[in-house]
Amino acid sequence: MLLDVREIICGYENTIIVDGCNFSVKKGDIACIVGPNGAGKSTAMKAIFGLIPIKSGQIIFNNEDITSLNPQERVIKGMSFVPQNNNIFQEMSVEENLEMGAFIHQTSMKENLKNVYNLFPILNEKKSQIAGELSGGQRQQLAVGRALMTNPVLLMLDEPSAGVSPIVMKDLFTKLKAISKMGTSILVVEQNAKQALEISNLGFVLQNGKNKYSDTGKALLQNPEVRVSFLGG
Amino acid sequence: MEIINAFALIINYIIIPGLTYGCQLALGALGVTIIYTVLRFSNFAHGELMSFGAMTSILITWIISYFGISIFPLPTIILALPISILITISYCLLIDKYCFQYHRKKNSKNVISLIVSIGVMFFTSGLIRVLIGPNDRTINDGERFIISARKFKEITGLTEGISLKLSQSITIIVSIIAVAFLFWFLNKTKTGKSMRAYSDNKDLALLSGIKTENVIFYTWLITGTLACIAGTLYGLDKSYKPFTYLQLVLPIFAAAIVGGIGNPIGAIIGGFVISFSELLITFSYNKFLSYLIPINFLPEGSLQILSTDYKIAISFIILVLVLILKPTGIYKGKLL
Repeated sequence: MLLDVREIICGYENTIIVDGCNFSVKKGDIACIVGPNGAGKSTAMKAIFGLIPIKSGQIIFNNEDITSLNPQERVIKGMSFVPQNNNIFQEMSVEENLEMGAFIHQTSMKENLKNVYNLFPILNEKKSQIAGELSGGQRQQLAVGRALMTNPVLLMLDEPSAGVSPIVMKDLFTKLKAISKMGTSILVVEQNAKQALEISNLGFVLQNGKNKYSDTGKALLQNPEVRVSFLGG
Repeated sequence: MEIINAFALIINYIIIPGLTYGCQLALGALGVTIIYTVLRFSNFAHGELMSFGAMTSILITWIISYFGISIFPLPTIILALPISILITISYCLLIDKYCFQYHRKKNSKNVISLIVSIGVMFFTSGLIRVLIGPNDRTINDGERFIISARKFKEITGLTEGISLKLSQSITIIVSIIAVAFLFWFLNKTKTGKSMRAYSDNKDLALLSGIKTENVIFYTWLITGTLACIAGTLYGLDKSYKPFTYLQLVLPIFAAAIVGGIGNPIGAIIGGFVISFSELLITFSYNKFLSYLIPINFLPEGSLQILSTDYKIAISFIILVLVLILKPTGIYKGKLL
């Protein structure tokens, strides 16, 4: 098991948003967290990355307890995070964005840059353009590319399909599959449950901050209860 | 001939002083801009930091002169500059540690840091008066002119002379070097890029492993260097009077805002816009026109748009106009 999240409880101030959830990601897998609005998906993701302190529970990554580490230390351990909003440096060029992604991983930067350009050829084409001028889909690719520059073991994405067209979304999911084939495990929080579950090995359905269903992606897609309440029949 | 004389007059009284003053403002505005983009507050203490830099330069020049070292025809203060830059940087880091850091850690609103900077401004100006006193000091012990007006007249046979002071050419050359170095640092080095990344998107910069403390250290390093250079050059060109630096804060902020706050290129352009407006509006056009139109048609009076006493007001007027008409400045900067 690469990532094992045990019974985490977290939230803001006095409200508890994630109430004792369990998640796990195996090496080379894609896992997704889905659920209705306000289920606590993004909060859970942020807590796993250390952006929000957790009140109780345990996070094990690569057989190591990382519960008390801050986000930067988790990046060094091999986690990488693509936030939902503001996930690129708007005023810097595409290449500079990627260089900043490699800030703490300078040694293999050239190689990682080549890999990212292979994965997203459009970024190579536009490498000297200012990132703020890119289209929505290209921005999302750049955001994922930036996160890949640290050569992570686990890539975490917070609603990567938010605000992009269905075609771009499909393309992005194909890329995610390619990334996982290259050996990087992926944990993704998604609003578009159906598409996310289709590419996932494991799926976690959250409701009101609790695990409602956890199963393989396929099984969840076929589960009649899940279909009726979360996938629209 | 008459037209050439008119141009010589303009070059002597507007172009050369405008470029010099513009360089001083641009360096100051760059310092303000760097603090604003990275630490997100308007640093009103910047004028006094410049004064502090000029003061340390003078104190060190005195020590150097005591030992009889000089680099005539260049002023001795050039030798003192590297050491005073280091002292100014240390002072910047000290005030950051004891004044600004607390509010940064507490995540206070930016306006609180601005108010702290006003406190730092008063403290620094007091400190300067204790250390060196409020008197006017001339610090230029080098050659005064590269070309004096009289010599220029002898060579060219014109009635109007153009003079170029050594301090003016030093100001322009040092400013070009400092700005070139700054842009190279921000655009080409890893540390410079990380500073830009931090100012662009702080959260993402932290996620990428960029350390806040390092960024802040380099920010003060650059600010201290720029402030010390700008302050020393200003003192070298005019003379060092501690209270003038308080008045310099306004044109500096006007320059930064006119250019588009948060944009380094804008800060430089803004510096020249302010310096040339001040000179053009307070210039007496009487003599200039006397070369161009027949003497009978020449209007009476000095033909000044505003008297030189209103110099400070001009940057204020430009500032207000820009904030009303184009709040983002010439180059699209961040909104205040």
